Amino acid sequence: MKLPIPPLPKALRPKPPRPGSRPAPNGSQANGAVRDLRPGAADGDGGGPSRGSGSTIPREQLREKALEVPIGIAGWLDERSGASPFARAFLYRKTPRGNNWAYTLGSATMFAFVAQAVTGVFLAMYYNPAPADAYESIARISNEVFLGEFVRGMHRWGATVMVVLIFLHMARTFFYGAYKYPRELNWLIGVVLLVLTLAMSLTGYLLPFDQRGFWATVVAVNINASGPIIGPYLADFLRGGAEFNATTLSRFYAIHMLLVPGLIAALIGAHLYLVAKLGITAPPWLKAEKDKALSRDEI
Amino acid sequence: MNAREKEEYLREYSILKNQGKSFFPYAVAKDGTMAAITMLVIIVMTLVLGAELGPKADATTTSFVPRPEWYFFFLFELLRVIKPPELTVLATVMVPTLWLVLLLLLPFFDRGPERHPLRRPIATLAGIATIAGMTYLTVIGALAGSPTEIVLQARGQEDGKLATASAGCLGCHRIGENGNEIGPELTDVGSRLPRQAIARTLLNPTAPMPTYQELQQKDPEKFQDIVDFLASLK
Repeated sequence: MKLPIPPLPKALRPKPPRPGSRPAPNGSQANGAVRDLRPGAADGDGGGPSRGSGSTIPREQLREKALEVPIGIAGWLDERSGASPFARAFLYRKTPRGNNWAYTLGSATMFAFVAQAVTGVFLAMYYNPAPADAYESIARISNEVFLGEFVRGMHRWGATVMVVLIFLHMARTFFYGAYKYPRELNWLIGVVLLVLTLAMSLTGYLLPFDQRGFWATVVAVNINASGPIIGPYLADFLRGGAEFNATTLSRFYAIHMLLVPGLIAALIGAHLYLVAKLGITAPPWLKAEKDKALSRDEI
Repeated sequence: MNAREKEEYLREYSILKNQGKSFFPYAVAKDGTMAAITMLVIIVMTLVLGAELGPKADATTTSFVPRPEWYFFFLFELLRVIKPPELTVLATVMVPTLWLVLLLLLPFFDRGPERHPLRRPIATLAGIATIAGMTYLTVIGALAGSPTEIVLQARGQEDGKLATASAGCLGCHRIGENGNEIGPELTDVGSRLPRQAIARTLLNPTAPMPTYQELQQKDPEKFQDIVDFLASLK
């Protein structure tokens, strides 16, 4: 059974060539070039049904058009943002030979961060950072909220997974010598990301406001206070005063869900930009086979 | 790395890069698989280990010995390994900070062109030593108690020691080689204050010390243990 074909929407019809635009790029196929120009001109004149003319355009030219002519939403966005060259350069950039599974640790760490952000948003919907209600709100999340205990567990164990992954990623970078020229700056950013991740873990530990978290945080802040020069000031900043008090919890909450994640997200952006720009390292035991053509060119 | 070595590396790298595959879909497929495994691990850990919620935080009375998250055990263990009080700062701040600064500046003092782990033995050994050290500290930290437990050799006051440790005194006071220095040192408080005065201070302390009135009402025996223990410190 053959169904009647509905007319193509206007946006999908082949567009007439713009004034002054080049004729078909593959001019070697004289046949194709002639066919292409004519229906295009006809469309421009009458704007008649263009399905017939569309089907006569050779495949290669269609592909060319698909790349060049902005179509639909993606085209609209691309025309205004110019994002597609970047997306193409990012997705179709080459990665060196010898890529192995150790190279996935960085992206896995980022994925763990995204998972933490998503579960964290849902927890924040129910959590109340008031000393009198924090523990109760966590209990409510665990006992009453739909899937609450599961999401809290994912957030809790996601933190562990993220810390383990970031250490593994760092070990890979270290043993592969990937921190060397020209990637020194990316190593710096990575170490800061490690510190921020540990800061996330430290500030998040207090939030359930149970004995475990509370006393561990008291000790951790006191350790901070024992540091030279900035130690006492840092501890005072964390506590919101000389003592643990009512504002300490909301302070930790703000640091945990706004300050540090914002910094982490921004630094991940910079980290990724540098990875894409400088390229993923090759395993250090790989040597480039002398490319015959290349060396002849050099001579 | 001098200019020639840099040039050499960049050329070598561009050859290796040109011989490789494109990021999409090859690396993306691997990364996606790894992301799925990560998700699976998180979910399995959640289902198996759950999300426990301990008793509610109580700043005054506690039978709780603080424990950090397991990946901070190595830091807490440093506290126990480096014993003398004048070196505590070394354990808590200096060693981790120094280690961190070394880590940050790594690409600036390790500038050789060699990248193979077996051909730069110093870096590789240092890395393995760091990992081994952290693992060792984490393991003994996991097996041992909290660093704020009292290790002072007091005369047969086990109950009092335990009660004092769990009451959180060491959060502010120093006893022997443990505790903090926010409040006055208690190492020889027994020679300065009589038993009654210690009990009075616990019940009506000067701010910011919390009162232990509640503990006395709920568990008078434990309260008495603390007083006895502190009075015995001379």
